[in-house]
Amino acid sequence: MRAFEYLSASSVREAVEALAARNGRARVLAGGTDLIVQLREGRREVDLVVDIKAIPEANRLEFDLQTGLLVGAAVPCYRMVGFLNAAGIYPGLAAAAGLVGGTQIQGRATLGGNLCNASPAADTIPALIVHRAACLITGPQGERELPAEDFCTGPGQTALQPGEFLLALRLPPEPEGFGAHYVRFTPRNEMDIAVAGAGASLRLAGSPARIIEARVALGAVAPTPLLVREAGASLVGKAPTLEAFEEAGRLAREAARPIDDMRGTAAQRRHLSGVLVRRALETAYQRASRGGDA
Amino acid sequence: MNEKETYRVIGTRPLRPDGADKVTGRALYGADLRLPGMLYGAVLRSPHAHARILSIDTSAAEALPGVKAVVTAADLPDVEAKVASLGEGSVNTRYQSWNILAREKALYYGHAVAVVAAASVHIAQEAVKLIRVNYEVLPPVLDVLQAMQADAPILLRDLRTDELGEKGSALTNVAAHHQTKKGDVERGFQEAAVTVEREFHTATVHQGYIEPQNATALYNQDGRITIWCSTQGSFGVRDQLKDILDVPVAQIKVVPMEIGGGFGGKNNVYLEPLAALLSKKSGHKPVRLTMNHADVLSATGPTSGSVIRVKMGARKDGRITAAQAWLAYEAGAFPGSPVTSGMGVIFGPYAIENVLLDGYDVVVNKPPAAAYRAPGGTNAAFAAEVVIDELAEKLGMDPLDLRLLNAAKEGDRKADGVAYGRIGCVEVLEAARNHPHYRAPLPGKFRGRGVAAGSWGNYGGKSSASASVNSDGSVNLVEGSVDIGGSRASISMQLAETLQIPVESIRPQVADTDTVGYTEGTYGSRTTFATGWAVYELGRRLIGLLCERAAQLWDVEPGQVTYEGGVFSCGGQRLSFAELAGKMDETGGAVVASVSVQPETWGPAFAAHIVDVEVDPETGKVDILRYTAVQDVGKAVHPAYVEGQIQGGVAQGVGWGLSEGYYYDAQGRLANASLLDYRMPTSLDLPAIETVIVEVPNPGHPYGVRGVGEVPIVPPPAAIANAIYRAVGVRLTTLPMSPARVLEALGKA
Ligand SMILES: Cc1cc2nc3c(=O)[nH]c(=O)nc-3n(C[C@H](O)[C@H](O)[C@H](O)COP(=O)(O)OP(=O)(O)OC[C@H]3O[C@@H](n4cnc5c(N)ncnc54)[C@H](O)[C@@H]3O)c2cc1C
Repeated sequence: MRAFEYLSASSVREAVEALAARNGRARVLAGGTDLIVQLREGRREVDLVVDIKAIPEANRLEFDLQTGLLVGAAVPCYRMVGFLNAAGIYPGLAAAAGLVGGTQIQGRATLGGNLCNASPAADTIPALIVHRAACLITGPQGERELPAEDFCTGPGQTALQPGEFLLALRLPPEPEGFGAHYVRFTPRNEMDIAVAGAGASLRLAGSPARIIEARVALGAVAPTPLLVREAGASLVGKAPTLEAFEEAGRLAREAARPIDDMRGTAAQRRHLSGVLVRRALETAYQRASRGGDA
Repeated sequence: MNEKETYRVIGTRPLRPDGADKVTGRALYGADLRLPGMLYGAVLRSPHAHARILSIDTSAAEALPGVKAVVTAADLPDVEAKVASLGEGSVNTRYQSWNILAREKALYYGHAVAVVAAASVHIAQEAVKLIRVNYEVLPPVLDVLQAMQADAPILLRDLRTDELGEKGSALTNVAAHHQTKKGDVERGFQEAAVTVEREFHTATVHQGYIEPQNATALYNQDGRITIWCSTQGSFGVRDQLKDILDVPVAQIKVVPMEIGGGFGGKNNVYLEPLAALLSKKSGHKPVRLTMNHADVLSATGPTSGSVIRVKMGARKDGRITAAQAWLAYEAGAFPGSPVTSGMGVIFGPYAIENVLLDGYDVVVNKPPAAAYRAPGGTNAAFAAEVVIDELAEKLGMDPLDLRLLNAAKEGDRKADGVAYGRIGCVEVLEAARNHPHYRAPLPGKFRGRGVAAGSWGNYGGKSSASASVNSDGSVNLVEGSVDIGGSRASISMQLAETLQIPVESIRPQVADTDTVGYTEGTYGSRTTFATGWAVYELGRRLIGLLCERAAQLWDVEPGQVTYEGGVFSCGGQRLSFAELAGKMDETGGAVVASVSVQPETWGPAFAAHIVDVEVDPETGKVDILRYTAVQDVGKAVHPAYVEGQIQGGVAQGVGWGLSEGYYYDAQGRLANASLLDYRMPTSLDLPAIETVIVEVPNPGHPYGVRGVGEVPIVPPPAAIANAIYRAVGVRLTTLPMSPARVLEALGKA
């Protein structure tokens, strides 16, 4: 491992300037649970590491019934999961974040790092997508927002431009009748990367209940986490039945573009896409029909 | 010799002598070592599975500030082809030298090509990147069947098949064909009412010890070499170094550090010769080399993947009439797979009239196979025990009843003609059949119960030990057996039993090669058996010496003094062990003894496992609900450590069964060289593993000991495969039985 410089930025401006000055040879350090491993293993080389944990705006963790949830990019998973569970909000996101590593990893790992690392198998990204999360990006040109589904552009590649970094994630409030969930499949019960993952959200209204909104997203079956619009659309207007969920699963299976690798086979991933979408929808539905806070 | 029915120490569960140091982090492992002026090394490894090395340019690396030495194969002596015995497998020194540093050709992804010593590990790693190697990339051969084809790319320029003892003429990847024959299988199959024939594939798997290999060397100006390393056998390291470096044995001293697991994978040297050469070349500075887990997985260990075809036939009444097997084992880059040992295991638990075994040792572009817990046995038993399960199904018999009907007993001859002594195969199978687990109902969908048996021959070998009595009645014990699985405890206990003193009075120490007599490594389930035998002899000798001291005090003949219950007596005179020890000064000074043994009467071990699984038919995931392992251990010296050995073997066997396997890409690069993607089971993947200790004492050991460490890894994959069949009706014949494979077998993916 080659020596590199380390900067603990204390303001957004300081971070942006430092990142812009190194023109791609600098990386942001949030929890470091991906970055430090990559540097140590020689999978990444940098001249400068910019720690964002001392930037006040990156440490915000706020919830408001009108504006929803704001999670700063330096907030570790354990803090966010504790906050969500105590308030009984966003159980689908808490479920996904609770899968990242174990207790020790969650003490450091952030939602933002999971997103910016842009692994196709990252566990929280499908959950962010089905929650319609927005990425708050800051950079030399000021601030901009991007939907979570547009953030990753390839394995390890993001829409961030030179000098930009992710400041926070914003999730809209969970409306009445809303439920979401994320499930993954791993051969081992822990210490494993998703062979496939699926996030799903839906919103129920009326009596008997109908689905009025739905989203389905897949992980580990394409170069980036995938929003499967047609699977979500297929649910809208339908009653929340097993058949409807299975049909969404079938569409997800068709949308998957998996590969064979050391973690699983393409055929297995395709098959799992359908199974996991159905399972995620079943739990999302239970949450939706319990009023979104279970 | 088992005159004693009741023991005072053997069979109890004392705290281990090394326990406090290990749980407080004080025990010293190789990576803890810091010597003044120490340099750190890094290894350049081949990115290609098969490539000719056209040139190596180290000049830029040598020029980097802080770099003290660079070593390539040109620095190794060109040693003659010598075969050094390593107990569990023999090693050709020339091939071993070629493995230490690639010469002419890199033969697997991760093959060491050059090594650097520098003032810091970071400088060494940077220097490695500056070494320019010019490769001519060759097509790799990764599959054993492909490697056996006549038109396969050839790995070694001098390899000709040893065909049943005759050398072939053509260059080949098939290093040897071995055959074992008994009776007439053709006739046996004609007598059979049912036959089953299947082909099995098993993956290349790693021992998975948690402590990576490490070695520190100091090559002194006077030619003496000291090595500190993590090894199963310090004398084995010394022997290999003497051959690879071509130096006199007296020049080498090997200091075994604590060891964080080995399972057979830490008998061979990898880093030790490199550290020694770097130390010499860098101006006699101490040099430390450590691997990371990627190095460990890609360049050490693994055990052979294999293809095995088994055919068995039985009469209507269940009597097996013939058994035939064809086994092809990957040796890795150089000859030496454990195929013959697999041939010994494959039908080991059964008395069968007609047997024919053909085994092939085949080189492929993977790291050379090292021993791994019952080497070759798990592959073989997987094949045989699934076929037996299917025979039982076809015959409508209970699978344990079928095994019992055919179980080997004392006097039965194995396929190689050797007759079994007193063995516990029948007792083990009966204990399994009578166990509540086997009789418990297993309600629920997609659940099934499987059983499998296994055997392992065990081993004896050379062990030495010495001891001195202290004036307070305690005894310092010096042994050469590296303690991997609690052998300080099991050896001390046998000495305490012999001396009739509390085990807490024994102070064991694992010594270096200058300090203790020749002792083979801790492998082959030999240590508690053979080193235990050595300390039994040692204890008797100390008692003899102490009887002489008592005789001197009491002015009688030594023969008149008796020792019983920890007390020396003669007539009305009595002295306890500690009291007599306190009188050493007045009777001639220290009481010390040394012993060396090479016992030949090790007893084979047998096991029967019962497992319940649940299969998720939607994902193909197999969960283990309950596991019971029954084993004949001879005599459990320290039952807790025997249970630990059984549980550890099962845990590793479950890994073979469900999740472990090397994944090479088409170019032969190992894609899962990390503990994240090389999926060993974690504690969350395993249930509590129940153990049942059966004790059929080995008449060939003073305390009835049999080796216990290896046989528990033999049955698990077969038992799990048989359980999956009962759960979902498909027979899996390829390891690991991963979720993808189960889904495929179920026709879902
Ligand atoms: C043992 C272990 C287990 C793990 N298990 C899982 C798991 O189960 N599921 C899973 O999805 N992941 C897992 N991970 C991966 C990792 O923990 C997660 O991806 C984690 O969320 C990363 O967050 P971090 O804050 O540590 O990111 P960092 O390592 O700090 O950063 C990750 C990457 O994103 C960039 N980055 C971080 N923050 C920003 C920002 N605000 N703006 C721009 N770029 C940024 C960094 O430069 C780096 O390239 C595991 C890791 C380990 C070591």
